[in-house]
Amino acid sequence: MKGLRKLLDTIKPNFEIGGKLEKFHSLFDAFETLLFVPNKVTHSGSHIRDAIDMKRTMIIVVLAMIPALLFGMWNVGYFHFLSIGEIAAKSFWQLLGYGFFKVLPIIVVSYATGLTIEIIFSQIRKHDVPEGFFVTGMLIPLIMPVDVPLWMVAVATAFAVIIGVEVFGGAGMNILNPALTARAFLFFAYPSEMSGNKVWIAGLNDGSGVIDGFSGETVMGYAASDKLEAMPFSPMDMFMGTIPGSIGETSTLAILIGAIILIYTGIGSWKIIISVFTGGLLMGFILNLFAVNDYMSVPAWQHLIIGGFAFGAVFMATDPVSAAQTEKGKYIYGFLIGILAILIRVLNPAYPEGVMLAILLMNVFSPLIDHYVVEANIKRRMKRFETSNS
Amino acid sequence: MSDKITIKRGLDIRLKGKAEKIFVKAGMAELFGVKPTDFHGLMPKLAVKVGDIVKAGSVLFYDKYQPEMKFTSPVSGQVQTINRGERRRILEVIVKPDDAIEYESFEKEEPSALSREKVIKNILDSGLWPAIRQRPYNVIAKPDETPKSIFISAFDTVPLAPDYDFIVKGMEKEFQAGVDSLIKLCGGKVHLNVDSEYPPSSVFTQAQGVQINRFKGPHPSGNVGTQIHFIDPVNKGDIVWTIAPQDVIAIGRLFMYGQYDASRIIALTGSEVLKPKYYKTIAGCCIRSITEENIKEGNVRYISGNVLTGTKVTKNGFLGYYDSQITVIPEGDQYEFMGWLSPGFDKYSISYSFWSWLLPRKEYKINTNIKGGKRSLMITGSFEKVFPMDIYPMQLLKAIIIEDIDLMEKLGIYEVAEEDFALCEFVDTSKTNIQEIVRKGLDLMIKEMN
Repeated sequence: MKGLRKLLDTIKPNFEIGGKLEKFHSLFDAFETLLFVPNKVTHSGSHIRDAIDMKRTMIIVVLAMIPALLFGMWNVGYFHFLSIGEIAAKSFWQLLGYGFFKVLPIIVVSYATGLTIEIIFSQIRKHDVPEGFFVTGMLIPLIMPVDVPLWMVAVATAFAVIIGVEVFGGAGMNILNPALTARAFLFFAYPSEMSGNKVWIAGLNDGSGVIDGFSGETVMGYAASDKLEAMPFSPMDMFMGTIPGSIGETSTLAILIGAIILIYTGIGSWKIIISVFTGGLLMGFILNLFAVNDYMSVPAWQHLIIGGFAFGAVFMATDPVSAAQTEKGKYIYGFLIGILAILIRVLNPAYPEGVMLAILLMNVFSPLIDHYVVEANIKRRMKRFETSNS
Repeated sequence: MSDKITIKRGLDIRLKGKAEKIFVKAGMAELFGVKPTDFHGLMPKLAVKVGDIVKAGSVLFYDKYQPEMKFTSPVSGQVQTINRGERRRILEVIVKPDDAIEYESFEKEEPSALSREKVIKNILDSGLWPAIRQRPYNVIAKPDETPKSIFISAFDTVPLAPDYDFIVKGMEKEFQAGVDSLIKLCGGKVHLNVDSEYPPSSVFTQAQGVQINRFKGPHPSGNVGTQIHFIDPVNKGDIVWTIAPQDVIAIGRLFMYGQYDASRIIALTGSEVLKPKYYKTIAGCCIRSITEENIKEGNVRYISGNVLTGTKVTKNGFLGYYDSQITVIPEGDQYEFMGWLSPGFDKYSISYSFWSWLLPRKEYKINTNIKGGKRSLMITGSFEKVFPMDIYPMQLLKAIIIEDIDLMEKLGIYEVAEEDFALCEFVDTSKTNIQEIVRKGLDLMIKEMN
């Protein structure tokens, strides 16, 4: 590695201020710090620092998404071959391989678009390239329907990075979760490509070779149209993930593995994850009590394993920038996401998936939640002041 | 003895190089230095010039705005150099010691028999007053104010902390005399806080006229700021004074013998020390007299104080006024290939994101590398794990950054000092210099309130 380090040291001056390639400073810096942890040392204060940095944090989150990603790829293959009636002839690797080549371009487009914009903005603002897009770039493909046109992925990513993050001042200053901003943008701008019963399975929109009578309806689609008894999926399918849906959201099991990684490493807030599930479960029970249609009578616990609920709870709601920042606030924030997600999902037919909107809505409200939590602390201090002075 | 107070949130960083409980009498240092920079916000005015002969207790410099606030020489000898920095700021006043120490004589009397004014004057004249600091703002206490209480933390929980029970052994009388003078100064109680895990030294348990409080839990339970928060919190307008045990003893000696006897015991610690031990020396000594021939090869950092709050010094630097510890750790000025991707069996982190949590290894060797790039404050919840006070650390920090005086006051700025945020700085993923920000906030408050 010494040779590589030497090479970097030789070309580095070109990228410094006043160098020939000054314009590419941020790009160079991003690559350099990716390869080598910088040699900067502390000067005062705490002379030693925890080994964790933003790169490590983000890579752990990406790692936590890998089970959902791999399962998603397999599931894409599974439903594609199921829809054309060739499932029996295909091996595990063929299913995974098909999905891999379907999903990979979406990932590539998402990262390429996002990172390019991030690097340009970093250069303009003269700061290091933030690592947040490591995660966002992977989240975006995981919440897309598999047949989404690649140009849409690019447009949505650009929208999310520029309007969702950069206009607020860059990573760490955004109000909304960037990946969900991308999803919401597509959902409202191109609804026909983002909902319905044709978009969730590769090749279904195209229609060629699809066996007669095959339906690409999601679990929520069946529930919303009061056709639950016709639904071919068991709760076990929903938990394992062999149901149609966005690429990474279907397998609750894979998402739970991710949740365990996030919670165990201390990077994802268990307070948020647990309270989202609690809120969702409670709302499910309440709806059950007043059930007048199929959707309202879906058992509360099943709500947690269908649609994007688990994925949203584990990977979206926990984004520390857009979530509530106080520890008490996190409980309230998560709980309300759970409540609202199920409420919107079941009672508003215009929005088949409530999780996205619930999280975005609570993103907006999280500063308010924090405000009241902090205000309570201030009141406590004022009271102490008054009693000591009386 | 009052109830035990348990601190839950905090962190004990397990470092290599704890001092073995053996006393070594350090040889007389070649040079002694008093550093105005040890006293935050001080405008020093010199009282000596190069070549002057001084005794232990002779004034070297004083506060320009409070001439009664004196800073004195720890030894007798000749003023050798006065080092200045940018804009002729005085950095060090260096004294070359005599073979035997001669002392200035001060009032020698039972403090309880003296008036408050006389006690204050004696401490001021001897140069021991700066050892008393105040909350809010963590600066030298003002002699014309009366604190609502005085806090002495009789145990230290910082990484590789010296053991005060070991240090103060056999100094019951001196400690008591020191406490007696503090009682004179104080409007309320003198609190002596001990670690509940070990039976404290009889020096502390037999102290008369103090309230003994027992604390349990990880660092920062030994930080006096934490202790004040849980026992007698600083509200707006309150003043609490703090002082370290060895300084209480020095004040005791002042009243018992009428001398400024600056001898103190320090721990030499850190992974780069060959044989970490305790040394009997004198305040302001050149650290080379202690570290010489006891440091491993390689590029190392000398810290006067501990790894969380200490001051970086050169190997010929001087022991800081408030320090009872010298720490030597490796410098981290090298690149690490793909460090952020490595499994990290040897990397210490409060998060479980490195495999090091698998190893029940007791002690780590940590260098001075920042270990990452500076970012915005994105990660939440990590400060709260190591910050035990009922204060929102992130919110207070942001209030300081935006210089919102009103909000800082509401969020509890009066209760905190830089050192209370040291662990936040350690765990911070965004690698922000948090203690620096807190200090700026405190300075802003001083400016605003006066």
